[in-house]
Amino acid sequence: MPDFGDIAVASLICLGAFFLFVGSLGLAKLPDLMRRLHGPTKATTLGIGAMLIASMLYFLMKGDEFSIQELLITTFLFLTAPVTALMVAKAHLLLDKSERKNLPPTGRDVDWSVYDAPRKTQQSENVQSEGN
Amino acid sequence: MFGTLIPHPLLTLLIVVVWVLLNGISWGAAVLGLFLGVVVPKLTSAFWPDRPLVKSPLTIVEYALIVLWDIVVANFQVAYLILFRRGDDLHSQFVTVPLDLRTPEAISALAGTITMTPGTVSATLSADGRALLVHCLETYDPEKTVSDIKARYETRLQRIFER
Repeated sequence: MPDFGDIAVASLICLGAFFLFVGSLGLAKLPDLMRRLHGPTKATTLGIGAMLIASMLYFLMKGDEFSIQELLITTFLFLTAPVTALMVAKAHLLLDKSERKNLPPTGRDVDWSVYDAPRKTQQSENVQSEGN
Repeated sequence: MFGTLIPHPLLTLLIVVVWVLLNGISWGAAVLGLFLGVVVPKLTSAFWPDRPLVKSPLTIVEYALIVLWDIVVANFQVAYLILFRRGDDLHSQFVTVPLDLRTPEAISALAGTITMTPGTVSATLSADGRALLVHCLETYDPEKTVSDIKARYETRLQRIFER
């Protein structure tokens, strides 16, 4: 009689390892920086998530105590990953001059914030531009 | 009385929960967490002149579930694109998402969500904070991508933060 808990933990770890691998592979394989950003921001979240669920399940079955710190790791990861990606993307837009002509127009009468000083329009006086 | 003691109840709750989770579930941790949860928002409230009011807390739960589901879907899509497609063949491009959101907190939440979900990474804002530059890993129909983002995430964030 196999232990279904162990099977669940093992398959979650394998799933997590697979997605972490794919995320890293994307980082290495894709041709330019903006495409490369997609690998680590997405494929790794499910990878880490599956690993952490496996960890929670394991300690729950061992019966010592219910470990919830994994939830915190997930939360902090979800908060920090997009900010990192945004900063890398901004640095890329600033450094790579050739990328600027690939950008679509803003649809506003100002440029993207990495190229233009932050300013307020009449309708948005309570909005401070994040991009300075 | 309640309003001046706890200017930001959600932040207080968040600090208590995080503190208790970090330090193990015990009464001592709960009391110290509650103390910090009251003191920290008090001390920092001067730096947050325009706190957003969360209008509809239940929508947050709905939003979180939708985003979690989309993250799972996004992982499989991106994994497929990375494993089975040549990088140069992907139809990657930048698109402009005009924003109806006005509060900085809501826009940050939207930008973060876009980065975590299917094939899109938010790159920067327009200088007046009214449009978001988004990079799509693979899209054949930029207008549809933009309208999906607006319908799926932005309207819900508007209900949470602004209406």
